[in-house]
Amino acid sequence: MDLLNALVAFANFVVVPATAYGAQLALGALGVTLIYGVLRFSNFAHGETMSFGAMVVVLVTTLFQSWGISLGPLPTALLALPFGILATAILLLTTDKVVYKFYRRVKAAPVMLVIVSTGVMFVMNGAVRMIIGTDDRRFADGERFLISARDFKTMTGLSEGLAIRTTQVITVVVAMITVAALFWFLNKTRTGKSMRAYSDNEDLALLSGINPERVVKITWLLVAALATIAGALYGLDKSYKPLIFQQLLLPVFAAAIVGGIGNPLGAIAGGFVIAFSEVTLTYAFKKVVTYLGPDSWAPDGLVQLLSTDYKFAVSFAILIIVLLFKPTGLFKGQSI
Amino acid sequence: MSFLHANEMRGGYGSGADILHGCTLTVQKGEIAVIVGPNGAGKSTAMKAVFGMLNLREGHVHLDGEDITGLTPQERVYKGMGFVPQTHNIFPTMTVRENLEMGAFIRNDDIEPTIQQVYELFPAVYEKRNQNAGELSGGQRQQVAVGRALMTQPKLLMLDEPTAGVSPIVMDELFDRIIEVAKTGISILMVEQNARQALEIADKGYVLVQGANAYTDTGANLLADPEVRRTFLGG
Amino acid sequence: MTQSRAPLYFLIMALLILAVGVFQSWNSALSILNMGLISAIMALGVNLQWGYAGLFNVGVMGFVALGGLAVVLTSMSPVSAAWSAGGVRMIISLAVGIATIVIAIMAYPRLPKGRIRGFGLAAILLVGLWAFRSLFDPAVAAIEAIDPAVTGYLGGLGLPVILAWPVGALLAAGAAWLVAKTALGLRSDYLAIATLGIAEIIIAVLKNEDWLSRGVKNVNGLPRPVPYEIDLQGAEWFVSLCAKFGFDPVSSSTIFVKLLYAGFFLAVIIIIVTAMELALKSPWGRMMRAIRDNEVAAEAMGKDVTGRHLQIFVLGAAIIGFAGAMMTTLDGQLTPTAYQPLRYTFLVWVMVIVGGSGNNWGAVLGGMLIWFLWIEVEPIGGFIVNSLTAGLEDGSPIKSGLLDRLAYMRYLTMGIILLVVLRFSPRGLLPEK
Repeated sequence: MDLLNALVAFANFVVVPATAYGAQLALGALGVTLIYGVLRFSNFAHGETMSFGAMVVVLVTTLFQSWGISLGPLPTALLALPFGILATAILLLTTDKVVYKFYRRVKAAPVMLVIVSTGVMFVMNGAVRMIIGTDDRRFADGERFLISARDFKTMTGLSEGLAIRTTQVITVVVAMITVAALFWFLNKTRTGKSMRAYSDNEDLALLSGINPERVVKITWLLVAALATIAGALYGLDKSYKPLIFQQLLLPVFAAAIVGGIGNPLGAIAGGFVIAFSEVTLTYAFKKVVTYLGPDSWAPDGLVQLLSTDYKFAVSFAILIIVLLFKPTGLFKGQSI
Repeated sequence: MSFLHANEMRGGYGSGADILHGCTLTVQKGEIAVIVGPNGAGKSTAMKAVFGMLNLREGHVHLDGEDITGLTPQERVYKGMGFVPQTHNIFPTMTVRENLEMGAFIRNDDIEPTIQQVYELFPAVYEKRNQNAGELSGGQRQQVAVGRALMTQPKLLMLDEPTAGVSPIVMDELFDRIIEVAKTGISILMVEQNARQALEIADKGYVLVQGANAYTDTGANLLADPEVRRTFLGG
Repeated sequence: MTQSRAPLYFLIMALLILAVGVFQSWNSALSILNMGLISAIMALGVNLQWGYAGLFNVGVMGFVALGGLAVVLTSMSPVSAAWSAGGVRMIISLAVGIATIVIAIMAYPRLPKGRIRGFGLAAILLVGLWAFRSLFDPAVAAIEAIDPAVTGYLGGLGLPVILAWPVGALLAAGAAWLVAKTALGLRSDYLAIATLGIAEIIIAVLKNEDWLSRGVKNVNGLPRPVPYEIDLQGAEWFVSLCAKFGFDPVSSSTIFVKLLYAGFFLAVIIIIVTAMELALKSPWGRMMRAIRDNEVAAEAMGKDVTGRHLQIFVLGAAIIGFAGAMMTTLDGQLTPTAYQPLRYTFLVWVMVIVGGSGNNWGAVLGGMLIWFLWIEVEPIGGFIVNSLTAGLEDGSPIKSGLLDRLAYMRYLTMGIILLVVLRFSPRGLLPEK
């Protein structure tokens, strides 16, 4: 029985990675939920938007690195982030003008906009691959660990190590700053409130003199920032690979719906619900169980509920359960 | 000319059939005008026509002597019209105070005095100011909705069935508030299902039948008119 | 007017394929034709769901893959060693898994609400999972240990491969029923997201459950409904036939095989389109369209909208599964890693939208045309790049860079085609009558 080591192992393999992943999903889901709230459709191009933003960050980071610019222990990518956001903002505003605006004018059904967004997804996907190719790219530099497993062991004298990577801490810190800024904007500024008003009741917002095109524009700007930050953080934490973002679409959607689509607070909660469920259910608990039980108890198998290959199944199962029992999500979102 | 003068309005929604067949509405300053009539008479449509939500084929709308027939609803808000829709008339996930702030979105001056006025007019709104509007009771929501419309400091306030779906006690309370609003000099044009009670507080009543004026008189006279009583007020 | 346009468009389509035959090779022309026909059937399935009922299915890939699995499960001969090693245990474990879910579903309404229900359900599921895993894991290990380089899976039933096509339809219909049962009746986006999820899971199963589908090791050498080229080249009648027309027996054998496939596929298309056209004109079809055009009114008239939607969604998925089985039969192998959503889900959508949603002939035309473009965009792009950069040397970085990126041109092109059609001609090439 070794409770402390078991806890450390659990923290190391479940809590820390799931927290970082949850923050990335939450930022992604916030983008989906904002688009849903204001433009009223599920944006299937959101994964590719994240990919595009992250791509620009990768390219600018490489450029800065070649110029010898760096942030010391912090990754250079943080410096490149504003450029990624800017490029994504231009992309999204252009897309809105060229593509989506027309469908707003003719008041197309939401499902039409969903299909249109899959066309946008195709274009963005092709564009990203044409610009950067399909290779895996690592672009994290600076200090690799905040606490390495070895330091932790010497510090605490435990046999189990707890490693916290710089990218994980940066993910959480940047996500917290982003979310705080977003909520300040939505709840305290006149423009942010007008966005919420438009999302709440479009007709009344029009009667109140709120300009819908301005609200839409600001929404895309926010989405550009959220998507780029989410994509770049995900890429920093793992690596940048264009094809991975398509697969992120399902957990991101699941997070938004689980939390209650259209509800920003719900998107954050949903992100962490999905991330923790995914990591916990696919983690092999052999080590933790071995620490907890007497020596003779050591299990033969991995004590893994689900193979990591089925992590999508976790998002999917949670999504289905929520749809069956609480279609409006954990926090009340827009249902119909 | 009266403060609001909507003359001989004809028209319908989109390219559909006409609903209004020559309907005239006038409201004086600080006056309460009530539109009543049977179901499908075009009461709400008449009010929406005044607010510019449907295209008029014929007729004109004048506000304070100015012809506003060609203006969009938003432009009419700038001209001093306030409109409270029958349903979906609040921002449910925003606080009551934020609802008022959004009502004043077009204003660039200090809105604090107006918020205080609304609070004074509607103590319930003040009490619930930090609560989400969607969590309030029906009568309270209607007060928030009226308060929101007052935030633009309108000269004419239009209410589409403000007492639909509320209890009689709440209805009396709402009517009292509306009288208070009128006393501040705001003209009120209101569509009502509860004809009898509404005519009691009305300076002027319009009975609409099939999109045209059937009877027009003071509220008291209409209530006293045996013909109106028999046909529209159920004896 | 549309009546007169359809033959013209199909004529142009035929000319395009003939052009490939003349300028590239008859072999590629027939390959495009065959996959075009299969794509047309997939498009018919999606068109049934979208054009008739307005249901947005983003899981086409999953239903196609289930069709592919059906080919393996139906037509491969059973691996007797694997069956004796763990076959029975596998079946029992799957039965335990299903029983657990059924018990949980049945217990749910019977347990008292609140904490007892939560704990009760958790207990049922955990015990069930434990029982399932303790049977399933050793069975998997035993099966996969049998000659993993060649088999390592249970194999199939050893039935004629043509039977796999309806089986594929059945598998896809089953999966579609599960999804539709949960997500229909909610907002339309939710069905889309749910289908997206089920497709990912189906692919994950195919990739990882080696005992079922050999996973990423692929299943090769699937039986064919048509003769093998080698056998044809050895057959007397075929060689003498070729000699009579002066054809080379080797190249004509591949063309002959492809023609046979084309015949099969054409027959299927004709049957499906005829059935769908008849259905569309029947009272059932009129009701479907009434529901699509005004759900609220149809519901008010007492029509069971969700029930009809369920029906049509399952039917559409069955057609897609059928096409998926046909495709795997044509390929002769099951390659789980080849299933990509952009290729198998969204491309089919482009076909339906471009062809004309709600029109079956439109879906067929869209399927063939978009498949043609999907294949030919790259050579055409290459030709354009080569002529634009004719002045540059062969090794120049601009030229090679452009050529490298051509592979991704098709995604961009398809996206732009979809967006342009949606914007300027939302009813497609052959609009609904």
